[in-house]
Amino acid sequence: MLSVNGISSAYGESIILRDVHLEVGNGQVVALMGRNGVGKTTLLKTIMGLIRPVQGNILYDSKDITGLSPEMRAINGIGYVPQGRDIFPHLTVQENLLLGLEARGKKADIPEGIFELFPALKNLLARKGGDLSGGQQQQLAIARALITEPKLLIMDEPTEGIQPSIVYEIENAIRFIKEQGNVSILLVEQFMEFALRLSDYCYIMEKGSIVFNGAVGDLSREEIRNHLTI
Amino acid sequence: MPVEIIISQIFNGLSLSSILLMIALGLSITFGIMGVINFAHGEFLMIGAYTAFILQRFFHGQDSGYYFLLSLPLAFFVSAFIGLIVERSIIRFLYGRPFEGMLATWGLSLVLQQAARNIFGANNVEVSSPAWLNGGIEFIKGVQLPYNRLFIIAIAVICIIGMYIYIYTSSSGRRMRAVMQNRDMAACMGIKTRRVDSVTFAIGCGLAGIAGSVVSLLGSIGPSTGQNYIIDAFMVVVLGGVGNLSGTIAGAIMIGAVSPFFEFVTTSSMGKVIVFALVIAFLQWRPSGLFALKTRALD
Repeated sequence: MLSVNGISSAYGESIILRDVHLEVGNGQVVALMGRNGVGKTTLLKTIMGLIRPVQGNILYDSKDITGLSPEMRAINGIGYVPQGRDIFPHLTVQENLLLGLEARGKKADIPEGIFELFPALKNLLARKGGDLSGGQQQQLAIARALITEPKLLIMDEPTEGIQPSIVYEIENAIRFIKEQGNVSILLVEQFMEFALRLSDYCYIMEKGSIVFNGAVGDLSREEIRNHLTI
Repeated sequence: MPVEIIISQIFNGLSLSSILLMIALGLSITFGIMGVINFAHGEFLMIGAYTAFILQRFFHGQDSGYYFLLSLPLAFFVSAFIGLIVERSIIRFLYGRPFEGMLATWGLSLVLQQAARNIFGANNVEVSSPAWLNGGIEFIKGVQLPYNRLFIIAIAVICIIGMYIYIYTSSSGRRMRAVMQNRDMAACMGIKTRRVDSVTFAIGCGLAGIAGSVVSLLGSIGPSTGQNYIIDAFMVVVLGGVGNLSGTIAGAIMIGAVSPFFEFVTTSSMGKVIVFALVIAFLQWRPSGLFALKTRALD
C-alpha cells in the first residue's frame, strides 16, 4: 500500500530525516513511535506532500507519488489527521465534515455511519470548529479524514492531550476501521500501550532514522520501552 | 450647520462607502487568502469604468440608457478575466511575500494605467448617466437624494448579499474559507488550493470592476480613476480587520461617512489628514481592526 524508500527530508539546512524506510501493507495498522523531536511528524508531512524530500521516493498503491501535490495525494485516497488536529476554526463542524467530501470528487452527503462512530459530533454540527474542546476536535479530525474514504489513513498522535474516556472512544473507532479491513493505517503515537493494542507492526525512530522494527506479536515490550524512555 | 446639509453629507458619505466597500471586499479577500497586497486593485476599478465607457460608445444614440445595466455584469466579467490572467501570470509567484508583492503590483498598476493612456488617451472621458438615473427624490424639504447615488447604494447592497451567499453557503465559498484559514490542511483535504486562489482573485477584481462601472456615474473617468479610491479602500481594510466581511462593511461605512464630513468642515486635504490620523490612532488601540476574529486558542 505505502512504501517509503530511503527518504531524507530537511527544513532548510537542518536535516531531519535520514534514509528512512517504512512499509505499510494492505489493511495493516502500523505504529511509528519515538521520543519528541525525532522526526515522526516530519515523516508524515513528507508522506502527505507538505514537505518535499531531499532524497528517496514514496510509492503508494505501487505508483511513485513523490512529486505529487498534497491535494492529489488526498484525491488518490490518503487521509490525514494531523498533530494538533488542524480543524478549520471558523467553519462549523458540519462544514468541516463537508470538506471531507472534496477529495471524493463526486456529489455526496456526510455518511450517517460517521455519527455512529462519533455520536458526540451529531449535536455539535452547528458549532464553530474552533469552539470545540480538544477531544471533540480530535474526533472531528478523524471523522473528517474518514469521510474522504481513504485507502490509507495517516494519524499523528490522536491521543495527545485528550481525556481517557475519549481516548477509549478513539481507540474503538480505529479498531472498527481496522476490522473493516479496507483501510490501512499509519499511526504515530507516544502512548505505547494504545499503539501496541491497535497495531500489527511497529517502527521506532531515533534522531531521524528507523532504529527498530518488527511485528507487534514478536516484540518484547521491555525492548520497545527502552527505546522510548528518556 | 443646517440639518439639510448634514443629511445630504451623510447620504453622499453612504454612496462613497458603497464604492469603497466594493473595492475593499476584493482587497480584503485577496490579502486574506494569499497574503498579497494588491496595489493594482484600483486599476481593476478603472477597467470596469472603461468597460462602461466602451459599452456606451457601442450603444451610442439609444436614449433609454438601459444598456447601462448591462455594463455592470460586463464590467465584472472583463475585470475578473483580466484579473485571472494577472493572477496566473504574476500574482501566483508572490504568495506569502508581501513586500515583493507590493512592489510588483505597484509596477503592474503603472503598466495598466499607461496601457489605458495609450488606448483611450490621457484625457478623462465622460460616461453619461442614463436618463432614468437623472433627478432624485426629495427626502425632506431642501434635501434631494439623487437617483444615481441611491442606485450605487443598491448595487453595493446587492454585491454584499451576493458575496455573503457565495462565501457562506456555496461549496466554492467553503473551499475559499478553508484555504484562508489553513492552506496546508485545505490541500490535505483534496482542495485544489491554486484554483481557489485564482477564482478568489478574479472575483475580487470583478467586484472592483462593478465599482468602476458605477463610479462612472459620478463623474468623468480616466487612467488614474482607480488611484482616487485605492488609498481609502486600503484604510477600510485595515480598519475593518483583514479577511473579514463584516469588518470590511463596518470599516467602509465609517470611512465613507466620516471623510465627506471632515472634508466639509475643513478643507478636502485637511479632511483626509484628520481621517488618516483617526485611523492610525484607532489601530494603536486595536491593531487587528474592528472585528478581529476570536476563537478558542488552538494548540
